[in-house]
Amino acid sequence: MNLVLTEEQEELRDSLRRFLADRSPMSRVRQMMETPEGYDRALWDRMAANLSLQGMAVPDTYGGAGFGQVEMSIVMEELGRALVPSPFLASAVLATNALMALDDTDARRELLPSIAAGHTIATLAVAEEGRGWDASKIATTAVLDGDGWRLQGTKTPVVDGFAADLVVVVAHAGGELGFFTVDGAAPGLSRTRLAGLDLTRQLASLEFSGAPARRLTCEDATGALNQVLDVASVALAAEQLGGLQRCLEMSVDYAKARAQFGRPIGSFQAVKHLCADMHVAMELARSVVRYAAWAADVAPDELPVAAGLARAYCSDAFFKVAADTIQVHGGIGFTWEHDAHLYYRRAKSSELLLGGPVQVRERLAERLGV
Amino acid sequence: MAEARGPAEQDFRTRARAWLEANATRRSDDDTGGGRRWDLASARVFQGRLHDAGFAGIAWPTAYGGQGLTPADQRAFDEEARDYDLPGEFFGIGMGMCGPTLLDLGTEEQKHRYVRPLLRGEEVWCQLFSEPGAGSDVASLQTRAVKDGDGWEISGQKVWTSVARFADLGAMIARTDPDVPKHDGITMFVVDMHTPGVTVRPLRDMTGGATFNEVFFDGVRVPAENVIGEVNAGWAASVRMLIHERVSIGGSTRPRRGAAFGSLTEVARSRGLDRDPVVRQRLAELYVRERVVHLFGTRLAQEARQGGAGDPGSPGHRPQGGMPPSEQARNPGSRGSVGKLAGAELARFSAGVAAELLGSDAIAWDATDREAARWAAAILAAPAGGIAGGSNEIQRNIIGERVLGLPKEPQVDRDVPFRELRVGTRARVEEAQ
Repeated sequence: MNLVLTEEQEELRDSLRRFLADRSPMSRVRQMMETPEGYDRALWDRMAANLSLQGMAVPDTYGGAGFGQVEMSIVMEELGRALVPSPFLASAVLATNALMALDDTDARRELLPSIAAGHTIATLAVAEEGRGWDASKIATTAVLDGDGWRLQGTKTPVVDGFAADLVVVVAHAGGELGFFTVDGAAPGLSRTRLAGLDLTRQLASLEFSGAPARRLTCEDATGALNQVLDVASVALAAEQLGGLQRCLEMSVDYAKARAQFGRPIGSFQAVKHLCADMHVAMELARSVVRYAAWAADVAPDELPVAAGLARAYCSDAFFKVAADTIQVHGGIGFTWEHDAHLYYRRAKSSELLLGGPVQVRERLAERLGV
Repeated sequence: MAEARGPAEQDFRTRARAWLEANATRRSDDDTGGGRRWDLASARVFQGRLHDAGFAGIAWPTAYGGQGLTPADQRAFDEEARDYDLPGEFFGIGMGMCGPTLLDLGTEEQKHRYVRPLLRGEEVWCQLFSEPGAGSDVASLQTRAVKDGDGWEISGQKVWTSVARFADLGAMIARTDPDVPKHDGITMFVVDMHTPGVTVRPLRDMTGGATFNEVFFDGVRVPAENVIGEVNAGWAASVRMLIHERVSIGGSTRPRRGAAFGSLTEVARSRGLDRDPVVRQRLAELYVRERVVHLFGTRLAQEARQGGAGDPGSPGHRPQGGMPPSEQARNPGSRGSVGKLAGAELARFSAGVAAELLGSDAIAWDATDREAARWAAAILAAPAGGIAGGSNEIQRNIIGERVLGLPKEPQVDRDVPFRELRVGTRARVEEAQ
């Protein structure tokens, strides 16, 4: 087990942190979240062109940088720390991992280079109204129509579903689960932007009424979906860690600067101890994220448990720290102008994405043989 | 977890494993820590053999009886030894706290005199810091050491002193100058616990056991060469020892991977509760909390092994984080506070889950039900972790001030001569006298 970064990995983090501080400060984040698209296309292009972020974990045979989930978790942590609104989770994590988990080499060869280069924005559509992210409850169907397939059903919420050029859809074909791709502009696909808790992540509802689809080759779709969601859980946990880290920093900085009763509020134990608990949460979250990313790269047998572990801990930790950040800031933390609420929104939204805390723990118990 | 680093360390680990397997008893799986009860005589014999075999004082200098190997070797041995029942209860204070402090601050004579017998278990050590009036604020201690000819005469009372009943020697701090502020008038001594005037009384704790003691000093004579460090510089020595203590506790309380989760899952199963969705949520949560604390300990050890580069991801690494990064990295005590705090909270959480699962069996059990008895003991023992070795509040202060760089509370006693301070429950020294 390796829980410590190499020098190269630390350099990646440092250069990415500088890049985002420069290109995506909070003023820019706020600007972007007010636009209909909700993200910065120019930044997205630079992320690909300058840093190859979208293809970080894509093998070089498919046009990626050929790194693993440890590097991916560094990228996600920094994106989470800077609260960058972008379709990264949708495209570089969910859709990319879906293509990697399936057995369709042709599709990989055809689609991954463009996704890795940031030219194509892709997403993965799993969740359905009232059914969540549970694969056993999927109701969307695919029907063979001549040479091709047509999809019927509604997926919601789909991460960056509105912006996606390409949607990977999990649906029932006959008696079995299958993966399909649908063009974002396909006839028979109607997309609706959803109002969301998290202003920095775009969610959409996708209604398929006979949209033409291509079926991807896959022996075991349920296994592949579990694999995708596990790897994505590790990435999302890393993003949560980044948000947590930033909340901790904001709280500590404010507790040092803000004076009441004639002294910095951080000198009062009531506030100091809140900050200390945030720090403990950060250290533990960092440890579990490192472990889960290591497992994803090196110990796939441990991944199903490690992914649940990372998600369960980081979801709770991030939300608690985000809420306590508002508490440390007092009234100013409850204003629109302060950034604390943006992290609070992200924290709650991420906690419930890919299956909420109860589901995460039930799956974990199951995987542990309880 | 066993991990190969260098070939030398791997050789050492292999040797340690073989020796332990041949000479020590493996702990049973349901043993959360206590192990068998050692008596002092057999513990001394075992410790002597451990030293003969080259596994005591592994990273300590050979000049004083150590093995002259690396901290990585010591950690390798600790990892291997975790599953065996070793007589740590008698020697842990000496090995973890008194010995390292002597190596840091002792004179050549002191190191030659004390370290080897400590490593061989020939002399048992205790630490005499806390007093009835000086707990978290140990610098407000009232035990007095008065110059008496060539040496010192000590009077006062210490409390919460583990293994004092068996101890041959103690590292103690006493007030040598009451006319200066509290931190400036303290001196650390080695005290022979067999000196006339030393009285040890076991103190019964809330579990019914007696792991610690009260120690009374009534005109106890201590020679001048027993001062550790400088006279009136005992506070700095105490801080060193307390850092060793946190590291030592942080290392030893690291739970074995999944220990409570594993046994409480069995409890749930044996009581037919393992399909209950609420119980499953609680067990999963227990697993999460236990694993993250364990993983943090593993990460800390790996960082230390890589030369303490620290973790630049933590805010303590930022220039404005208080301590400069290099110092932060060299200060395992502050990060040990994270492990200690998380471990203390985990113990309470585990005991809580145990109580939920056992239900009425946790309040009254058949005398033969070892599982219930063991978890009832864990419920009673749980509060100790948040107090012993620096309370949770003190750990949070350390994290807040030394890691995050938050300002200290205004210290009203900072420049006040000790004699004029309000200490413990006494109003003022003069009023008490």
